[in-house]
Amino acid sequence: MSRSRLLPYLLIGPATVFLLALFVAPLVQTIALAFTHDGAASLANFAKMVGDLNFGLSIRNTFLLVLTVIPLQLCLALAMAMMVQKLEKGRDLVLWILIIPLGASDLAAGLVWLSILQDRGYFNTVLNMLGLVDGPVNWLSYETPVSLFVGVVLAELWRATAIVLVILIAGLQLIPKEYAEAAEIFGADAWTRFRRITLPLLKPSIQSALILRTVLAFEVFAVVYALSGRNFPVLVGEAYAWQHGNQNNGVAAAYAILVMAISLAATVVYIKALATRPETQP
Amino acid sequence: MTGAPVSRRLRGLVFWSGIAMLCVWVLAPIYLIALGAFGGRAGVFRWPKSLMPWDTTLAAMQAFLAVDGVWAAALNGALVAGLTMLFSLLLGAPAGYALARYAFAGQSAFRMLVVLTRAFPLAILALPLTVTFIRVGLYDTAVGVALVHTALALPFAALVSSSLFMGIPRELEEAAWVFGCTGFQAFRKIVLPLALPGLAAAAIFAFVISWNEVFAASVLTVRNKTLTAYLLTVLAESPLHFRFAGGFLLILPSVVFMFAVRKYLFAMWGVANR
Repeated sequence: MSRSRLLPYLLIGPATVFLLALFVAPLVQTIALAFTHDGAASLANFAKMVGDLNFGLSIRNTFLLVLTVIPLQLCLALAMAMMVQKLEKGRDLVLWILIIPLGASDLAAGLVWLSILQDRGYFNTVLNMLGLVDGPVNWLSYETPVSLFVGVVLAELWRATAIVLVILIAGLQLIPKEYAEAAEIFGADAWTRFRRITLPLLKPSIQSALILRTVLAFEVFAVVYALSGRNFPVLVGEAYAWQHGNQNNGVAAAYAILVMAISLAATVVYIKALATRPETQP
Repeated sequence: MTGAPVSRRLRGLVFWSGIAMLCVWVLAPIYLIALGAFGGRAGVFRWPKSLMPWDTTLAAMQAFLAVDGVWAAALNGALVAGLTMLFSLLLGAPAGYALARYAFAGQSAFRMLVVLTRAFPLAILALPLTVTFIRVGLYDTAVGVALVHTALALPFAALVSSSLFMGIPRELEEAAWVFGCTGFQAFRKIVLPLALPGLAAAAIFAFVISWNEVFAASVLTVRNKTLTAYLLTVLAESPLHFRFAGGFLLILPSVVFMFAVRKYLFAMWGVANR
């Protein structure tokens, strides 16, 4: 009998040891690295981080990006999911097409949109065909911060809406059809059914999609780097620059702690704001 | 009465053009970077550009692949991703089986540890690992990068395989025991074949996670870079056609893999999030 009692521990043992070594230990190390300077506990790394010219900019840019991209992404994915659910023919093909970007890395997405938005790119070519511009126009320089920002938002929407879509569709499949049918019999129109039935029942999926996407969105940097170099500083990009360019892993760790604190705060907000009582779910 | 079919047809038209627009939104950018990737140096500077693939040549892509380091990085990226796939499955599937089949003290603590990883930007935690890895000789190796990528993929693999195993009736296993199979034999002959397609899908997803990850891969390597990390490092100094060819090469395997696992994706995410 004792063997079968031991078995589950043998099975989770390797994974536990692994997560302790590569998740918990580096977490503790990052905290230690960020809060020490020359071997003594200090806030010098944070002081240096806050004093850096790019710090305020990168905070502003990262938040601006997350606060723009995530709501747009959620709406777009909801619209996509509702449309796909209505499809009778060709559903599999359409779904496959819509989730292709799920496989694209943020660096690749940045490069894809660079090929479109660069000054001799396809966007300007189309504008030229329509007679809107005469020659190449630069959209991605530091002199055009608005269009640069729009470019990054487009690339992020293109790349990462797919994961939200997948989570939402997986959630939609768990909602019994009878609910909406019953509502329809009682005269609820499509919008009411969506707002009163689908949306509340989809809340757990929306919550996990938002948590996953927001944590990843605060990590974003390769897409920005591909489109603009360091013209549009973001938090993780600064961490990378301090680690690689300046060889200062203390300040890089301070940035990591900051990103982590923000991600955790966002997760807590979502858990609180989108809490569902289990008895309200099917 | 006569208005009804017209408005219905109109609604169908709006609906289908909406679907078509969504597909174009996803596919057009990939088509355009392919034009860039196969257009070569001359193509990048042409103005105005043609939206048709008339000026593309295979030579442009061949030139990119011939650049020193590209092939090595692509192979190294595939190696790291393959190792990640292996590690996350070897560690994750047994854990998933334990979660699905046994009630044991500490189960919820383990589940908590796994779910908790999602609230952290894991790739950034590679920063202090540089020091550790240099000390133990894992710095700048494929195994070292794969270990960090496994930390990203393992929670997913564990949760997905747990729900896969939960979907396989315990009675099947018990019947095998009755017929004289040992616990392991029953698992290997009955459970594993049933779970295999789902496990393969989870493994492929681990491959894609690793192939695409850029921060940890760049921080933990110097010479033995994955393709993603290599492209990031040389980005600032490389000409545009080189970047487009690189971007295209990055997307290519992912598109193929997404096609392979598309059937399982929704089921996987549905269960991984509860």
